[in-house]
Amino acid sequence: MSFEPKILAFCCHHCAYGAADLSGVLRLQYPVNIQIIRVPCSGRVSGEHVLDAFVKGADGVCVAGCLKGNCHYQSGNLRAGKRVEILKNRLADIGIEPERLHMFYVSASMGALFARFMAELVETIRDLGPAFSGQEREGGEQLDSRTS
Amino acid sequence: MILARPKTVSSILALVGGMKSLVVAGCQECVTVCQSGGRKEVSCVAQLLEIAGKKRGFPFEIAQVTVFRQCDNEYLVPLDVLMEKADACISLGCGVGVQFIAERYPTVMVIPGVDTVGGGGTVMSGVWEERCAMCGECILAETTGICPVTRCAKGLLNGPCGGSVDGRCEAGTDLPCAWEMIYHRLKKQGRLDSLTRIRPPKNWAHSGSGVMRKVIREEVMPCLSVLPLK
Repeated sequence: MSFEPKILAFCCHHCAYGAADLSGVLRLQYPVNIQIIRVPCSGRVSGEHVLDAFVKGADGVCVAGCLKGNCHYQSGNLRAGKRVEILKNRLADIGIEPERLHMFYVSASMGALFARFMAELVETIRDLGPAFSGQEREGGEQLDSRTS
Repeated sequence: MILARPKTVSSILALVGGMKSLVVAGCQECVTVCQSGGRKEVSCVAQLLEIAGKKRGFPFEIAQVTVFRQCDNEYLVPLDVLMEKADACISLGCGVGVQFIAERYPTVMVIPGVDTVGGGGTVMSGVWEERCAMCGECILAETTGICPVTRCAKGLLNGPCGGSVDGRCEAGTDLPCAWEMIYHRLKKQGRLDSLTRIRPPKNWAHSGSGVMRKVIREEVMPCLSVLPLK
């Protein structure tokens, strides 16, 4: 059986979440591996949230915010971007591939781009394989119950 | 406040290799302000350790606690239960906090999770600067509130050295010359004549380079005669 990654996407209400919605309206398909959590701004996503996703069994996490310069709260997306870079370094430090964490900048009108980003992310994580092997993946069920 | 900088989690992992039960302890004082050892950082370090443990197939049991102040014994009480079954404690407090925890729980290995830098303050969000070297003999009144011991790269008491260019220290272009700053502030205060007075060497016996320093004030010590008899 092929590996199906669990990926959590923190999407900004003002852009990425709208883009995800638009991709649905446009009947564009992206893999079902992505589970979305809507946040008021990508800047709201702290390191704790991202790391908690990995602890609870996610194979990959992405934070999606507005295009640079378009944040409704001025600089939330830029702060999120910096935070993601720091988290990537901290994950690499403990032996987790930093490619498991991504930051995207999209606008609400970029439904097609959102779907493409998500498909590419799933492929990247699928190539990397499971974040944890065997019984350590049991936490994945918690992720399912939280996001379903 | 005491400035501290987070250590890498891999350096902590190298020390807790074969251990099972860990306590990550934070402090709500200085290290919370300089964002290296408060509740959020405790959570992040604990989660990173948990991820690393799962990755290697040998998960840790991790307890998180952030006390009001690690450098006071009475605030360490919340750790008592957690430390009973802990193999090691990662303290995100400053070096003082680490030592107080180690003294209270002598059978448990205590690991510093941060590098303690010194006494300083917040210049802007995300930037903290050292301002006090804790030398034990303050001369700030003479130097207009600018500390040459900390802020002059050479720690000169009689400056400037002559090596600064455009107000910048020769030791680093991003470093302002402390003695030029002192000169301008003395000028504003009309006290330039104080620069002509030669300051004798400080008494470095009060600095941290010798034995452990101790501050004793008998007026705030408990009166043994009124303490309840055991």
